[in-house]
Amino acid sequence: MADPMKIRASLQGDVADVRVLMAHPMETGQRKDASGNVVPQHFIQTITAQLNGKPVFGADISQAISRNPVFAFKVKGAKAGDKLSITWIDNKGDKRTDEVVVGGG
Amino acid sequence: MQKSFRAALATCCAVAAATLAHAQTDPTTEDFEKFRAVMEDANPAELWEVKGEQLWKTRRGPKNASLEQCDLGLGPGVVKGAYVQLPRYFADVGTVMDAERRIVHCMVTLQGFSFEEIAKRPFSSGNYTPDPVSIVTFVAAQSRDMKIAVPQSHPKERATWELGKAIFHYRAGPWDFSCATCHGEDGKRIRTQNLPNFTKHDQAPRSFIGWPGYRMTGGVMHSLQWRMNDCFRQQRFPEPGYASDTITALLTYMGVNSNGFVYKGPGIKR
Repeated sequence: MADPMKIRASLQGDVADVRVLMAHPMETGQRKDASGNVVPQHFIQTITAQLNGKPVFGADISQAISRNPVFAFKVKGAKAGDKLSITWIDNKGDKRTDEVVVGGG
Repeated sequence: MQKSFRAALATCCAVAAATLAHAQTDPTTEDFEKFRAVMEDANPAELWEVKGEQLWKTRRGPKNASLEQCDLGLGPGVVKGAYVQLPRYFADVGTVMDAERRIVHCMVTLQGFSFEEIAKRPFSSGNYTPDPVSIVTFVAAQSRDMKIAVPQSHPKERATWELGKAIFHYRAGPWDFSCATCHGEDGKRIRTQNLPNFTKHDQAPRSFIGWPGYRMTGGVMHSLQWRMNDCFRQQRFPEPGYASDTITALLTYMGVNSNGFVYKGPGIKR
Protein backbone atom coordinates (compact mmCIF):
# COMPACT_ATOMS: atom_id res chain seq x y z
CA MET A 1 0.00 0.00 0.00
CA ALA A 2 1.16 3.49 -0.75
CA ASP A 3 2.56 5.55 2.09
CA PRO A 4 0.58 8.51 3.44
CA MET A 5 0.89 12.03 2.06
CA LYS A 6 1.73 15.00 4.21
CA ILE A 7 -0.66 17.86 3.58
CA ARG A 8 -0.60 21.35 5.06
CA ALA A 9 -3.45 23.78 4.39
CA SER A 10 -3.00 27.09 6.19
CA LEU A 11 -5.55 29.84 5.83
CA GLN A 12 -4.72 33.41 4.81
CA GLY A 13 -7.96 35.37 4.66
CA ASP A 14 -10.20 33.25 2.41
CA VAL A 15 -7.29 31.65 0.57
CA ALA A 16 -5.98 28.27 1.65
CA ASP A 17 -2.27 27.86 1.07
CA VAL A 18 -1.87 24.15 0.35
CA ARG A 19 1.38 22.25 0.33
CA VAL A 20 1.44 18.52 -0.22
CA LEU A 21 4.27 16.02 -0.06
CA MET A 22 3.72 12.67 -1.75
CA ALA A 23 5.69 9.49 -1.14
CA HIS A 24 6.27 7.93 -4.55
CA PRO A 25 9.27 6.36 -6.35
CA MET A 26 8.47 8.21 -9.63
CA GLU A 27 10.52 5.81 -11.75
CA THR A 28 11.20 7.18 -15.22
CA GLY A 29 11.80 3.85 -16.93
CA GLN A 30 15.27 5.05 -17.92
CA ARG A 31 17.12 3.74 -14.90
CA LYS A 32 18.78 0.36 -14.55
CA ASP A 33 19.12 -1.61 -11.35
CA ALA A 34 22.33 -3.18 -10.00
CA SER A 35 21.96 -6.22 -12.28
CA GLY A 36 21.44 -4.14 -15.42
CA ASN A 37 17.70 -4.59 -15.81
CA VAL A 38 15.59 -1.58 -16.69
CA VAL A 39 13.52 -0.40 -13.73
CA PRO A 40 9.98 -0.18 -15.13
CA GLN A 41 8.15 3.12 -15.31
CA HIS A 42 6.17 3.89 -12.18
CA PHE A 43 4.94 7.39 -11.75
CA ILE A 44 1.94 9.44 -10.64
CA GLN A 45 -0.26 10.44 -13.56
CA THR A 46 -3.21 12.25 -12.05
CA ILE A 47 -3.60 14.47 -9.01
CA THR A 48 -6.93 15.85 -7.87
CA ALA A 49 -7.89 17.98 -4.89
CA GLN A 50 -11.40 18.42 -3.51
CA LEU A 51 -12.68 20.97 -1.03
CA ASN A 52 -15.70 19.54 0.80
CA GLY A 53 -16.14 17.11 -2.07
CA LYS A 54 -15.97 19.76 -4.82
CA PRO A 55 -13.01 19.57 -7.24
CA VAL A 56 -10.72 22.60 -6.86
CA PHE A 57 -7.44 21.48 -8.38
CA GLY A 58 -6.24 18.89 -10.84
CA ALA A 59 -2.98 18.05 -12.53
CA ASP A 60 -1.72 15.53 -15.05
CA ILE A 61 1.96 14.89 -14.48
CA SER A 62 4.60 12.62 -15.92
CA GLN A 63 7.82 10.84 -15.06
CA ALA A 64 9.69 14.16 -15.32
CA ILE A 65 8.61 14.97 -11.76
CA SER A 66 11.05 14.04 -8.99
CA ARG A 67 10.77 11.22 -6.49
CA ASN A 68 8.74 12.13 -3.38
CA PRO A 69 7.37 15.27 -5.04
CA VAL A 70 6.07 18.46 -3.42
CA PHE A 71 3.14 20.43 -4.83
CA ALA A 72 1.85 23.79 -3.65
CA PHE A 73 -1.29 25.61 -4.72
CA LYS A 74 -3.83 28.10 -3.38
CA VAL A 75 -7.56 27.57 -3.03
CA LYS A 76 -9.78 30.65 -2.98
CA GLY A 77 -12.95 30.77 -0.91
CA ALA A 78 -11.81 28.28 1.71
CA LYS A 79 -12.97 28.52 5.33
CA ALA A 80 -11.48 27.18 8.54
CA GLY A 81 -12.79 23.68 9.12
CA ASP A 82 -13.27 22.86 5.41
CA LYS A 83 -12.17 19.39 4.43
CA LEU A 84 -9.51 19.22 1.75
CA SER A 85 -8.82 15.84 0.24
CA ILE A 86 -6.08 15.04 -2.26
CA THR A 87 -5.85 11.94 -4.41
CA TRP A 88 -3.14 10.65 -6.72
CA ILE A 89 -3.34 7.79 -9.19
CA ASP A 90 -0.24 6.29 -10.78
CA ASN A 91 0.37 4.42 -14.03
CA LYS A 92 0.00 1.06 -12.27
CA GLY A 93 -3.43 2.02 -11.00
CA ASP A 94 -2.26 2.45 -7.41
CA LYS A 95 -3.93 5.34 -5.65
CA ARG A 96 -3.88 7.13 -2.37
CA THR A 97 -6.22 9.68 -0.81
CA ASP A 98 -5.50 11.79 2.26
CA GLU A 99 -7.60 14.46 3.91
CA VAL A 100 -6.88 17.46 6.13
CA VAL A 101 -8.92 20.16 7.80
CA VAL A 102 -8.13 23.63 6.42
CA GLY A 103 -6.44 25.85 8.98
CA GLY A 104 -5.96 22.87 11.25
CA GLY A 105 -2.20 23.30 11.53
CA MET B 1 33.20 7.81 -19.87
CA GLN B 2 36.74 9.14 -20.15
CA LYS B 3 35.47 12.48 -21.36
CA SER B 4 32.88 12.89 -18.63
CA PHE B 5 35.48 11.90 -16.06
CA ARG B 6 37.82 14.61 -17.32
CA ALA B 7 35.00 17.13 -17.30
CA ALA B 8 34.14 16.14 -13.75
CA LEU B 9 37.80 16.48 -12.79
CA ALA B 10 37.97 19.95 -14.31
CA THR B 11 34.84 21.03 -12.42
CA CYS B 12 36.22 19.53 -9.27
CA CYS B 13 39.49 21.41 -9.56
CA ALA B 14 37.80 24.69 -10.39
CA VAL B 15 35.67 24.31 -7.29
CA ALA B 16 38.70 23.27 -5.29
CA ALA B 17 40.50 26.46 -6.27
CA ALA B 18 37.48 28.50 -5.28
CA THR B 19 37.28 26.66 -1.98
CA LEU B 20 40.90 27.38 -1.20
CA ALA B 21 40.42 31.07 -1.92
CA HIS B 22 37.42 31.44 0.40
CA ALA B 23 37.47 28.56 2.83
CA GLN B 24 34.19 29.44 4.57
CA THR B 25 32.07 31.39 2.08
CA ASP B 26 32.68 29.96 -1.39
CA PRO B 27 29.84 30.64 -3.85
CA THR B 28 29.01 26.94 -4.37
CA THR B 29 28.33 26.44 -0.69
CA GLU B 30 26.39 29.70 -0.45
CA ASP B 31 24.17 28.74 -3.39
CA PHE B 32 23.60 25.31 -1.98
CA GLU B 33 22.67 26.75 1.42
CA LYS B 34 20.06 28.94 -0.31
CA PHE B 35 18.67 25.89 -2.10
CA ARG B 36 18.58 23.95 1.15
CA ALA B 37 16.75 26.78 2.93
CA VAL B 38 14.02 26.62 0.27
CA MET B 39 13.82 22.83 0.46
CA GLU B 40 13.62 22.85 4.26
CA ASP B 41 10.18 24.40 3.98
CA ALA B 42 8.92 21.29 2.21
CA ASN B 43 11.28 18.61 3.41
CA PRO B 44 10.26 15.12 2.22
CA ALA B 45 11.59 13.89 5.60
CA GLU B 46 8.07 14.71 6.81
CA LEU B 47 6.83 11.69 4.82
CA TRP B 48 8.93 9.46 7.05
CA GLU B 49 7.71 11.30 10.14
CA VAL B 50 4.16 10.27 9.19
CA LYS B 51 5.22 6.74 8.33
CA GLY B 52 7.29 6.45 11.53
CA GLU B 53 4.35 7.66 13.63
CA GLN B 54 2.16 4.94 12.14
CA LEU B 55 4.83 2.32 12.83
CA TRP B 56 5.16 3.60 16.40
CA LYS B 57 1.43 3.36 17.09
CA THR B 58 0.54 0.20 15.18
CA ARG B 59 0.47 -3.23 16.84
CA ARG B 60 3.07 -5.24 14.96
CA GLY B 61 5.51 -8.10 15.21
CA PRO B 62 5.22 -11.60 16.70
CA LYS B 63 4.01 -10.11 20.00
CA ASN B 64 1.41 -7.91 18.28
CA ALA B 65 2.39 -4.84 20.31
CA SER B 66 2.84 -1.17 19.51
CA LEU B 67 5.90 0.83 20.58
CA GLU B 68 3.82 3.10 22.81
CA GLN B 69 5.31 1.44 25.90
CA CYS B 70 8.86 2.00 24.62
CA ASP B 71 10.97 3.96 27.13
CA LEU B 72 13.25 6.39 25.31
CA GLY B 73 14.67 7.68 28.58
CA LEU B 74 11.85 9.94 29.78
CA GLY B 75 9.47 7.14 30.76
CA PRO B 76 7.42 4.58 28.77
CA GLY B 77 5.77 6.17 25.75
CA VAL B 78 7.24 9.66 26.23
CA VAL B 79 8.52 10.77 22.84
CA LYS B 80 8.47 14.57 23.20
CA GLY B 81 11.99 15.81 23.88
CA ALA B 82 13.48 12.32 24.09
CA TYR B 83 15.66 12.58 20.98
CA VAL B 84 17.69 15.61 22.11
CA GLN B 85 18.58 13.71 25.30
CA LEU B 86 19.95 10.63 23.54
CA PRO B 87 22.29 8.73 23.76
CA ARG B 88 21.77 8.09 27.47
CA TYR B 89 22.20 5.36 30.09
CA PHE B 90 19.36 2.85 30.42
CA ALA B 91 19.20 0.99 33.72
CA ASP B 92 17.13 -1.88 32.27
CA VAL B 93 19.98 -2.91 29.96
CA GLY B 94 22.85 -1.46 32.02
CA THR B 95 24.32 0.36 29.04
CA VAL B 96 24.22 3.59 27.04
CA MET B 97 22.03 3.55 23.92
CA ASP B 98 21.50 6.00 21.08
CA ALA B 99 18.05 6.74 19.65
CA GLU B 100 17.97 4.20 16.83
CA ARG B 101 19.57 1.50 18.97
CA ARG B 102 16.96 2.05 21.67
CA ILE B 103 14.15 1.90 19.12
CA VAL B 104 15.53 -1.37 17.75
CA HIS B 105 15.81 -2.64 21.34
CA CYS B 106 12.11 -1.84 21.85
CA MET B 107 11.18 -3.52 18.55
CA VAL B 108 12.97 -6.65 19.77
CA THR B 109 11.77 -6.69 23.40
CA LEU B 110 8.24 -5.30 23.00
CA GLN B 111 7.27 -6.46 19.53
CA GLY B 112 9.35 -9.61 19.28
CA PHE B 113 11.21 -8.74 16.07
CA SER B 114 14.57 -10.42 15.52
CA PHE B 115 17.61 -8.17 15.86
CA GLU B 116 19.49 -10.27 13.31
CA GLU B 117 16.72 -9.74 10.75
CA ILE B 118 16.71 -5.96 11.32
CA ALA B 119 20.53 -5.79 11.19
CA LYS B 120 20.61 -7.70 7.89
CA ARG B 121 19.39 -4.69 5.93
CA PRO B 122 19.50 -1.67 8.24
CA PHE B 123 20.08 1.16 5.72
CA SER B 124 17.88 2.87 3.14
CA SER B 125 18.49 2.34 -0.55
CA GLY B 126 16.37 2.93 -3.61
CA ASN B 127 12.76 2.77 -2.55
CA TYR B 128 13.50 0.75 0.57
CA THR B 129 13.47 2.35 4.02
CA PRO B 130 13.99 0.11 7.07
CA ASP B 131 11.36 0.60 9.79
CA PRO B 132 13.83 1.87 12.45
CA VAL B 133 14.85 4.73 10.11
CA SER B 134 11.22 5.86 9.73
CA ILE B 135 10.63 5.53 13.48
CA VAL B 136 13.78 7.46 14.41
CA THR B 137 12.65 10.22 12.01
CA PHE B 138 9.30 10.41 13.82
CA VAL B 139 10.99 10.41 17.24
CA ALA B 140 13.51 13.06 16.18
CA ALA B 141 10.73 15.30 14.87
CA GLN B 142 9.13 15.33 18.34
CA SER B 143 12.22 17.19 19.59
CA ARG B 144 12.08 19.91 16.95
CA ASP B 145 13.23 23.34 18.21
CA MET B 146 14.38 21.91 21.53
CA LYS B 147 17.81 22.31 23.08
CA ILE B 148 20.27 19.46 22.72
CA ALA B 149 20.95 18.12 26.22
CA VAL B 150 22.73 14.77 26.00
CA PRO B 151 23.19 13.66 29.63
CA GLN B 152 26.55 13.01 31.29
CA SER B 153 25.41 12.39 34.85
CA HIS B 154 25.85 8.61 34.94
CA PRO B 155 29.45 7.28 35.11
CA LYS B 156 28.73 5.01 32.12
CA GLU B 157 27.63 8.03 30.08
CA ARG B 158 30.93 9.74 30.84
CA ALA B 159 32.86 6.56 30.05
CA THR B 160 30.98 6.27 26.74
CA TRP B 161 31.92 9.88 25.89
CA GLU B 162 35.58 9.08 26.61
CA LEU B 163 35.36 5.96 24.44
CA GLY B 164 33.76 7.98 21.64
CA LYS B 165 36.53 10.56 21.84
CA ALA B 166 39.14 7.81 21.63
CA ILE B 167 37.44 6.21 18.60
CA PHE B 168 37.08 9.62 16.94
CA HIS B 169 40.85 10.16 17.14
CA TYR B 170 41.92 6.55 16.56
CA ARG B 171 44.04 6.27 13.42
CA ALA B 172 43.99 2.90 11.67
CA GLY B 173 43.22 1.07 8.46
CA PRO B 174 45.10 0.94 5.14
CA TRP B 175 45.04 4.75 4.84
CA ASP B 176 45.90 5.45 8.48
CA PHE B 177 42.72 7.49 8.85
CA SER B 178 40.71 8.61 11.84
CA CYS B 179 37.44 10.56 12.03
CA ALA B 180 39.59 13.49 13.12
CA THR B 181 41.60 13.33 9.87
CA CYS B 182 38.64 14.91 8.07
CA HIS B 183 36.67 16.35 11.00
CA GLY B 184 39.43 17.60 13.30
CA GLU B 185 40.65 20.66 11.39
CA ASP B 186 38.99 23.68 9.76
CA GLY B 187 38.60 23.97 5.99
CA LYS B 188 38.66 20.26 5.11
CA ARG B 189 36.46 18.85 2.42
CA ILE B 190 35.65 15.69 0.47
CA ARG B 191 35.27 16.66 -3.19
CA THR B 192 33.02 19.73 -2.99
CA GLN B 193 31.56 18.95 0.42
CA ASN B 194 32.92 21.18 3.15
CA LEU B 195 33.43 19.22 6.33
CA PRO B 196 32.68 20.55 9.80
CA ASN B 197 35.37 20.42 12.48
CA PHE B 198 33.68 18.51 15.28
CA THR B 199 36.40 19.33 17.81
CA LYS B 200 35.23 22.97 17.80
CA HIS B 201 32.19 23.87 19.87
CA ASP B 202 30.55 26.07 17.22
CA GLN B 203 30.82 23.42 14.49
CA ALA B 204 30.13 20.31 16.59
CA PRO B 205 26.31 20.61 16.34
CA ARG B 206 26.56 19.89 12.61
CA SER B 207 27.04 16.25 13.64
CA PHE B 208 23.65 16.30 15.37
CA ILE B 209 21.51 18.97 13.70
CA GLY B 210 20.13 17.90 10.34
CA TRP B 211 20.06 14.19 11.21
CA PRO B 212 18.24 12.03 10.43
CA GLY B 213 18.27 13.58 6.97
CA TYR B 214 16.56 13.27 3.61
CA ARG B 215 19.17 12.94 0.91
CA MET B 216 18.04 14.54 -2.34
CA THR B 217 20.51 12.39 -4.32
CA GLY B 218 18.50 9.18 -4.64
CA GLY B 219 15.64 10.49 -2.52
CA VAL B 220 16.32 8.37 0.55
CA MET B 221 16.04 8.93 4.29
CA HIS B 222 19.21 8.28 6.27
CA SER B 223 19.85 8.03 10.00
CA LEU B 224 23.02 8.61 12.02
CA GLN B 225 23.60 4.85 12.12
CA TRP B 226 24.05 5.03 8.35
CA ARG B 227 26.23 8.16 8.56
CA MET B 228 28.63 6.50 11.00
CA ASN B 229 28.72 3.30 8.93
CA ASP B 230 29.46 5.23 5.75
CA CYS B 231 32.24 7.26 7.40
CA PHE B 232 33.84 3.97 8.43
CA ARG B 233 33.56 2.77 4.84
CA GLN B 234 35.16 5.96 3.53
CA GLN B 235 38.06 5.43 5.94
CA ARG B 236 38.42 1.83 4.68
CA PHE B 237 37.77 0.57 8.20
CA PRO B 238 36.11 -2.79 8.85
CA GLU B 239 32.34 -2.31 8.89
CA PRO B 240 31.09 -1.41 12.39
CA GLY B 241 28.25 -3.45 13.88
CA TYR B 242 24.76 -1.99 13.39
CA ALA B 243 23.44 -0.46 16.64
CA SER B 244 26.75 -1.34 18.34
CA ASP B 245 28.66 0.15 21.28
CA THR B 246 31.10 1.76 18.82
CA ILE B 247 28.38 3.80 17.11
CA THR B 248 26.74 4.74 20.42
CA ALA B 249 30.12 5.95 21.72
CA LEU B 250 30.73 8.15 18.66
CA LEU B 251 27.20 9.56 18.83
CA THR B 252 27.63 10.26 22.55
CA TYR B 253 30.91 12.08 21.94
CA MET B 254 29.45 14.25 19.18
CA GLY B 255 26.07 14.66 20.89
CA VAL B 256 27.53 15.94 24.15
CA ASN B 257 29.78 18.31 22.19
CA SER B 258 26.59 19.70 20.58
CA ASN B 259 24.84 20.38 23.90
CA GLY B 260 23.18 23.75 24.27
CA PHE B 261 22.37 24.21 20.58
CA VAL B 262 18.81 24.04 19.26
CA TYR B 263 17.84 20.92 17.33
CA LYS B 264 15.88 21.78 14.17
CA GLY B 265 14.32 18.39 13.47
CA PRO B 266 15.01 16.00 10.59
CA GLY B 267 17.08 17.71 7.93
CA ILE B 268 17.76 17.76 4.22
CA LYS B 269 21.02 16.82 2.53
CA ARG B 270 22.49 17.38 -0.91
